[in-house]
Amino acid sequence: MTMPISKKIVFYSLLTISAFVVFAPALMAFVMSFMDNKDIMTGSLPQSLSFDNYLKAFEQFPLLKYLFNSLVVSVVITIGQLVLSSLAAYAFVFLEFKGRDILFFLFIATMMVPFEASIIPNFHIIRDLNWIDQYPGLTVPFFATAFGTFLLRQNFKQIPRELREASQIVGMGDFKFYLKVVLPVAKTSLVTLGAYGFLTSWNMYLWPLLSTTNDTVRTVQIGLKQLQTQEQLNDWGVIMSGAIIVIIPTLILLFLGQKQLQKGLTEGAIK
Amino acid sequence: MSMSNPVPASSTDFNEINFENVKKKQKVMSFTKGMLFLLPSIVLFGAFLFYPLFKTMYLSFFLTNARGETTVFVGLQNYIDMFASPIFHQSMKSTFLFVLYTVPTTIIIALLLAVLANEKLKGIGFFRTIFSSTMGISVAAASVFWLYMFHPSIGFINQILGFLGVESIGWLTDPKWALIAVAVTTIWMNLGFTFLVLLGGLQSIDSYLYESADIDGAGYFYKLRRITIPMISPTLFFVITVTIINAFQTFGQIDILTQGGPQNSTNLIVYSIYREAFTNYQFGTASAQAIVLFIIILIMTIIQFKLGERKVHYQ
Repeated sequence: MTMPISKKIVFYSLLTISAFVVFAPALMAFVMSFMDNKDIMTGSLPQSLSFDNYLKAFEQFPLLKYLFNSLVVSVVITIGQLVLSSLAAYAFVFLEFKGRDILFFLFIATMMVPFEASIIPNFHIIRDLNWIDQYPGLTVPFFATAFGTFLLRQNFKQIPRELREASQIVGMGDFKFYLKVVLPVAKTSLVTLGAYGFLTSWNMYLWPLLSTTNDTVRTVQIGLKQLQTQEQLNDWGVIMSGAIIVIIPTLILLFLGQKQLQKGLTEGAIK
Repeated sequence: MSMSNPVPASSTDFNEINFENVKKKQKVMSFTKGMLFLLPSIVLFGAFLFYPLFKTMYLSFFLTNARGETTVFVGLQNYIDMFASPIFHQSMKSTFLFVLYTVPTTIIIALLLAVLANEKLKGIGFFRTIFSSTMGISVAAASVFWLYMFHPSIGFINQILGFLGVESIGWLTDPKWALIAVAVTTIWMNLGFTFLVLLGGLQSIDSYLYESADIDGAGYFYKLRRITIPMISPTLFFVITVTIINAFQTFGQIDILTQGGPQNSTNLIVYSIYREAFTNYQFGTASAQAIVLFIIILIMTIIQFKLGERKVHYQ
């Protein structure tokens, strides 16, 4: 299948224009983060580029602390989600017991409850557990996910039943089979789910806003809000440098795992 | 059967009892095992999802103190007050307008991008990465980007308008424009995810369909209308419901861009719940609003399951 040159030109120009439009806000922020505040305020093109804004952002705000907190929160949530959803998916695929279908329905039902609708009692629970400004308060409520369970269930179903039967003949128990056979076989799905979990936890906003009141465990997203509201001089360069720092880890993750994510999302979504 | 001969009968009975026992034991065993695998998820769903949901319903029938403890049972009064409140009316109106502004536009733009990026061209991977990039950009960062774009004097959009000789617009301070500005930000944010899912849908279409259409001499737009769109309708459907549900859950953009203002024009339902609960400490009325949100999402999800199921059978 070869395309005529004229058609190619049309496609490439359309692609280039759309890419520019889509990426423009991020690109502008990136350039601004290296610009002098005077240039930004007068709307001129950058006269000089420097890392000053980044240095200022790190000096005036505990950005490193925020980044560290976000990393801890995201990694813990990701691991929690992987463990819980792979265990649950295993039960739904390989174990047969009474009440399984009811429990499966229960998992489906969780998708109908938006977290925002139950946020008030959740806040009170965390407060009563003394988990405000604590890592558990930021992470534990997000360990169980129906999406993750369904995604892995879809993948586990492709593992041949004969494999389980053979392992039973050898006398391999369920937990060992789960650990030694199922998890390694489903590695790519686990990576996909992990990347997705990390991405969404890193970008969480409402819950960290509610459950942190000081800098001890505050995540970088809320740090960025602080930076934006407290920056008295309206120093856009500093604000943008903060925003760029926030998006770099997730953008890298997305660039590396884009193909995987795309496949995983469609699989989990459609079936 | 076992009655035909008394002597073997007793032995069969004995065997049967034993067999039943073993079976029962096995049943209990497999049930315990299943529960052990599922328990962590069930416990957390119970503690942070189902219990809070019922607690929200419970709270919605009460007045509370600032700590969120119930003080006076008021029955349906919170709901009656809510539906009579002009602020809540405004909030519902803004929320539905917001859904109307964001959902179709997001899907159409994302679909156009996905169709473009589905061509087999050199370097297409680069464009796919760019188009999906907004998925990796957090709501806080995206809002900060657009806070600049919409800035009244130095913002990029007003600069362009000025260049074209159009008077600058107070995007985030004018009640006429604020909701549109938040909608634009949201469309941009959701583009990455929607694009990625739709591209996945496009790539799963069998290429022989296009090949046989080519043999028949079908044009580009004919193929688009007759093959592409019908074949990705399940994906499209999924994306539509997810985008609607997301739109109802909008919070971060509002918090950074407008704080619900000006004149409550961007006070979407989740922001309204947040403000009622954590600024005004009216947990009862906030819970009533949360129940409204829950019912809306519930209906959307059921529609998705019902229609989605039919689509799978159809395939």
